[in-house]
Amino acid sequence: MLRVGVLAVQGDVREHINSLTSLNVAVQKVRNPEELKTINALVIPGGESTTISMLTKRVGLMDPLRKFVKDGFAVYGSCAGMIMLADEILDGRNDQETIGGLEITVRRNAFGRQVDSFETDLAVKDFDKSFRAIFIRAPWVERVGESVEVLAAVTTENGSQHPVMVRQGSVLATAFHPELTNDNRVHEYFVQMAKSVSAAN
Amino acid sequence: MANQNNSTGTPRVKQGMAEMLKGGVIMDVIDADQARIAEDAGAVAVMALERVPADIRKDGGVARMSDPDMIDEIIAAVSIPVMAKARIGHITEAQVLQSIGVDYIDESEVLTPADESHHIDKWQFTVPFVCGATNLGEALRRINEGAAMIRSKGEAGTGNVVEAVRHMRTIRGDIARLKGMDKEELFTAAKELQAPYDLVAQVAQLGKLPVVLFTAGGIATPADAALMMQLGADGVFVGSGIFKSGDPAQRAKAIVDATTNFDDPAVIARVSRGLGEAMVGINIDTLPASERFAGRGW
Repeated sequence: MLRVGVLAVQGDVREHINSLTSLNVAVQKVRNPEELKTINALVIPGGESTTISMLTKRVGLMDPLRKFVKDGFAVYGSCAGMIMLADEILDGRNDQETIGGLEITVRRNAFGRQVDSFETDLAVKDFDKSFRAIFIRAPWVERVGESVEVLAAVTTENGSQHPVMVRQGSVLATAFHPELTNDNRVHEYFVQMAKSVSAAN
Repeated sequence: MANQNNSTGTPRVKQGMAEMLKGGVIMDVIDADQARIAEDAGAVAVMALERVPADIRKDGGVARMSDPDMIDEIIAAVSIPVMAKARIGHITEAQVLQSIGVDYIDESEVLTPADESHHIDKWQFTVPFVCGATNLGEALRRINEGAAMIRSKGEAGTGNVVEAVRHMRTIRGDIARLKGMDKEELFTAAKELQAPYDLVAQVAQLGKLPVVLFTAGGIATPADAALMMQLGADGVFVGSGIFKSGDPAQRAKAIVDATTNFDDPAVIARVSRGLGEAMVGINIDTLPASERFAGRGW
């Protein structure tokens, strides 16, 4: 049976729990390696990525989470969660560690400061209608590896395109925050993904 | 952004920013070095100001918005969000802070109020605002003016947590009382709280404020921070408590760890060891009314 954990060291944990609960899946917080053992899918919430990175390390979850991703469990990260899953970060702290596992390079705060934060109608692959996506001091993806599928991208003023929703195997990431809306389609997508992954395991 | 569907400064974008700070510690800093210490400790944001509240108390005089140069230096020094304070009702200070690119404005009673009857119309700004409150009515009046985040006021610069506790308990108690009220009772509650009915009804339905609720004012130790989290705060502002103590770097880290692990006494005990001197506190009873910040704001 699917049991989804939400990494709960800092950030908008409650919003992800609410989104998942409304999809009738079992949800719990993950704050230490013990709690990681009882789940088979994980969400890394939005928050401050430098803080989440440090605290993940301090509570002893960094290496267990790397193994969790490597073992092929389904993992989804939004915003700071996307940064935590990226193999490479630009504009981060020099010592900022990530869990990794997603073959992408992300740029932190790529859209600018909070006054540049925005919401927009985003076309997402396989969604019949656009998704109202909320970007808060959000990152974007600058480079994707060969096996990474781009599910949504935004076009900036100078015409350059940047992926903001990507998937590689069992790992999903968005630069925006579906958990801040009542639209559950991204979480639904993740739950379906997690179910097929756990069936395959 | 080229897309005309893009909107900045919407309530969801402003309130959402505060959601991202939850479970975190926001630290007062007066220069780039302190900002780096705060970031290294795991702060989710820093508050740039010229003098910490303890020094504002000591020095007296009019406390104003910080020098834009100093805020720029702090913005350049760290990658986490940078907040700054404007005086209550000082529309222009807020406009200046928005133009510099601060990520959040604190319309703060710690600075000397510029207007003794009006707060800033915060709906006019793209940048989000946090405001202090001592009770639910005050919190809802600020939200009605456009505040996207609330913090309990406490009594800043005292190192004494008693007022933060009082304000957090009052806000949470006021919310608890609304639950289970019928519509007639909610109309009366709105009148008594001096707050708009729609917001009062929303709080009754949600069982919490419609925005994030942090705590502030007098938090000096890891145990203080954890206490406020146990009382229902979504996160913690620490002002003078860190950089007026013996070992700021270690204390900052300890307060972050205590905030994350607020329900685990063993962790709080561990991080509370060997921190050196805490800031010297002030007993609030000995403060004359004119020197209390929490009474500022209307």
